Amino acid sequence: MTTFIIRRLMQSVVVIVLMSGIVFFGVNVVGNPVDMLVNPEADQADIEASIRALGLDRPIGEQYLYFIKGVFSGDFGKSYIFGEPALRLIFQRMPATFELAFTALIMAITLGIPLGLYAGLKPDTRISKTIMAGSILGFSLPTFWVGLMLIMVFAVMLGWLPSTGRGELGTVFGITSSLFTLNGLSHILLPALNLALTKISLVTRLTRAGTREVVHQDYIKFARAKGLSNRRIVSVHILKNILIPVVTVIGLEFGSLLAFSVVTETVFAWPGMGKLLIDSIQLLDRPVVVAYLIVIVFVFVILNLIVDIVYSILDPRVRLGDAGK
Amino acid sequence: MTTSGNESIGTETVPSEDSGSVLKESPLARFWSDFSDSKVAVGALLVLIVIILAAVMAPLITPQDPYDLAQVDVLDGRLPPGEKSYNGYTFILGSDGAGRDLYSAILYGLRISLSVGVISGLLALFFGSAIGLLAAYAGGRTETLIMRFVDIQLSFPAILIALILVAIFGKGVDKIILALIIVQWAYYARTVRGSALVEKQKEYVDAAASLGLSHARIVFRHIFPNCVAPLIVVGTVQTANAISLEATLSFLGVGLPQTEPSLGLLISNGFEYMLSGRYWISFFPGVALLLTIVSINLVGDQLRDVLNPRLQR
Amino acid sequence: MNTVQPALAVDRLRTHFFTKAGTVKAVDDVSFSVNSGEVLGIVGESGSGKSVTGFSILGLLDPPGEIVTGSIKFQGEELVGAGARRMRSLRGNRIAMIFQDPMMTLNPVLRIDTQMKETIKAHRNLSDRESYEESLKALDLVGIPSPPERLKNYPHQMSGGMRQRIAIAIAFLNKPDVIIADEPTTALDVTIQSQIIHEAQMLCEKTGTALIWITHDLSVIAGLADRICVMYAGRIVETGLTNEIIDRPQHPYTQGLIGSVPSHNKRGKRLFQIPGMTPSLLNLPRGCAFKSRCNYADQVCGKAPEITSVGEGRYIRCHHPAPERVAG
Repeated sequence: MTTFIIRRLMQSVVVIVLMSGIVFFGVNVVGNPVDMLVNPEADQADIEASIRALGLDRPIGEQYLYFIKGVFSGDFGKSYIFGEPALRLIFQRMPATFELAFTALIMAITLGIPLGLYAGLKPDTRISKTIMAGSILGFSLPTFWVGLMLIMVFAVMLGWLPSTGRGELGTVFGITSSLFTLNGLSHILLPALNLALTKISLVTRLTRAGTREVVHQDYIKFARAKGLSNRRIVSVHILKNILIPVVTVIGLEFGSLLAFSVVTETVFAWPGMGKLLIDSIQLLDRPVVVAYLIVIVFVFVILNLIVDIVYSILDPRVRLGDAGK
Repeated sequence: MTTSGNESIGTETVPSEDSGSVLKESPLARFWSDFSDSKVAVGALLVLIVIILAAVMAPLITPQDPYDLAQVDVLDGRLPPGEKSYNGYTFILGSDGAGRDLYSAILYGLRISLSVGVISGLLALFFGSAIGLLAAYAGGRTETLIMRFVDIQLSFPAILIALILVAIFGKGVDKIILALIIVQWAYYARTVRGSALVEKQKEYVDAAASLGLSHARIVFRHIFPNCVAPLIVVGTVQTANAISLEATLSFLGVGLPQTEPSLGLLISNGFEYMLSGRYWISFFPGVALLLTIVSINLVGDQLRDVLNPRLQR
Repeated sequence: MNTVQPALAVDRLRTHFFTKAGTVKAVDDVSFSVNSGEVLGIVGESGSGKSVTGFSILGLLDPPGEIVTGSIKFQGEELVGAGARRMRSLRGNRIAMIFQDPMMTLNPVLRIDTQMKETIKAHRNLSDRESYEESLKALDLVGIPSPPERLKNYPHQMSGGMRQRIAIAIAFLNKPDVIIADEPTTALDVTIQSQIIHEAQMLCEKTGTALIWITHDLSVIAGLADRICVMYAGRIVETGLTNEIIDRPQHPYTQGLIGSVPSHNKRGKRLFQIPGMTPSLLNLPRGCAFKSRCNYADQVCGKAPEITSVGEGRYIRCHHPAPERVAG
């Protein structure tokens, strides 16, 4: 098991280095490095001073090392628009994005698994077929459009929920989040739902497939032969078996949620990293863009690593190996 | 001897009067009868055909070319569906902020969305398949290296990769298409490599090799045709994804430029009017996008069931 | 307790599967009974409907299977048509089942103690501690060494023989009156097989449990059962005391089965084989199902034979029963 972890750790490091290399070379070789990192609005003397300060007149290899050094010390340069260090801006916005992604994940699990279980246990009922049809719609519909429609219906037409922005923050046990106030909840409901929609469909389909496979196994028949109640069979025997692949996917999908939040945050004007990214791309605020990309690649790789480890813990067959024979 | 439509021909042979043919139905006919088992899929296929035709014939069936400034009058702007314009024709689906007929704008937008999606899809298919075939056939370290690369790319969500590429390349139709190709090739590569590997194990490949056929011939004439089925399935789903991704990028303002208004751009243009209740500017282009994507997905779903060799009846 | 009444009495049971391809008559007129402390062997080839009989008794038929007619009486209580609740309270409690493949019958992601304790708690109001103690005792009963450690194990950590012993232990947990064992030793090594058969025999004698042992292997059942039913194509074709069936079989199929047992054979002589194949239960021939493979069939056999009694507790379904014939 430990060798497994170490190997995965090393792979992760390789990927991070690779991706940062791609981002770096992409920015500095494909694009015009001067425009990337120096504010084009500044006057000529400033530009030349900046070029020298940033080392853009040095050979590319040296620039890369300088860049890596900057990454490790958290220095990505300053945002053109805000004037603050790019990394700090991102960290400021991170909690909002994580909050959104986390809420969406909870929604995906609490809605997707029961729906999938039902559709898997009773596949021929009308409700099941509706659920499956709904799930196809769920991942076909473009997220941004659904977001617009949600705003249209619930905020404009019905006036039940606010249309944009993040609500008030509350603090519980030292964690500050808008989930802890009623106002905050009303603001997060629509965007989280929007973000969660694709994942709910995914989890539903996955759970259903897993349930259908497990239900026909002999050990379920044996459980029935022992006279166990249906509730126990579903909640313990079936659930534990399908949970393993589902958890793996959910873990990976959290990363995807973080990436997709870009869209939801734009539609709902949610002050997170994603919105910052889009604004920065449009305003050509390159340092922030680079910082975001590196940060999210990093988060991703860590996430994959954690999921791999958790999977090997959850499945006792992997964890304990084949002992007696 | 006639066969009723309900009999599954499958692998049974039906004795027939002419000595030549053994199967009564051609593969194409059989494919169609399997496919049409799902009425939903057939319906989706019809919708898709209508959409494609409408997009192709756009200049012929729209009252207005929404990008010809001479035909557009801003005083016509923001009219709800059903209102008439200055020139007398009806805005079936309303007009947008600049006075463009939404119906026309949608059809023209469809052209762009579809062509970008399909072109990038086809090119990604081409390159992805080539790489996948190479990996499967070459084997050894080449294969491991290529597939490791594919796995890493596939572990990141498409939108993230697209954003990275857009940030690097900047705006422009060709750059967006390039970005879409780079996002998609990995799916094709993985699919093709998977089925090529299965084929490679089969005996006829050894037979062909022992006959001294060249590598190229073995790969293209023997292995590749058997990979076509899963490729078609992945192709439909990926095209839907590409169209959706392009729309998302355009909506966010980092996709196609204003000069090539795809459906995504139309929707984003209508965003500002949403809060004042003028929903149609975003709503109808969205519906068009939806219909396209959903119908492609439905058709792809049924294709997957029909072409799956393990479900052969 | 009424000693005259059998623990389980099946009368003219018919279980059919209504599939799109047609009706599969898996069990087509099966009758037998078993008393407390008795071992009944049901012998038949695969596809003869023996497993379905077991599932029918427990009410574990999956659709499209249904019990069409017949009665199953457990200690006089009719089970056919009994509510789901009643069936569930009986399963694992008063009537237990042991399946064939030990690997598949234990849930791979749950510990052994979980799987044992839940069986107890589903039917009796015992605390966690008490259920644990009972589980330990049951493992002892089937001769498993160091039970506390075994309880903490997962199924894949044990050998096939051990797993099957656990399945047997689980069956005995609530001290049932009837146990149905569906080919429990088929997947095991021959040496383990005889051990387990021996242990099962002793357990049933000790506890007075009625045991129905379903198998395709006549030699396995010969040493274990008190009485034997022979099944063919969904029907019982011969019933009687084990000695009688083995030494003086009357049905041609039974004779064929016995003739084909290697130990029965003289050295050097060709092993007897019943010609032909089991008919598909979807397409049963008219008349006697064994007709096409029988050397003694004639026109009379075009009409399906009924069960007739040829002695005390001895039944046969054949137009030409004959004890003197020996196959081979």
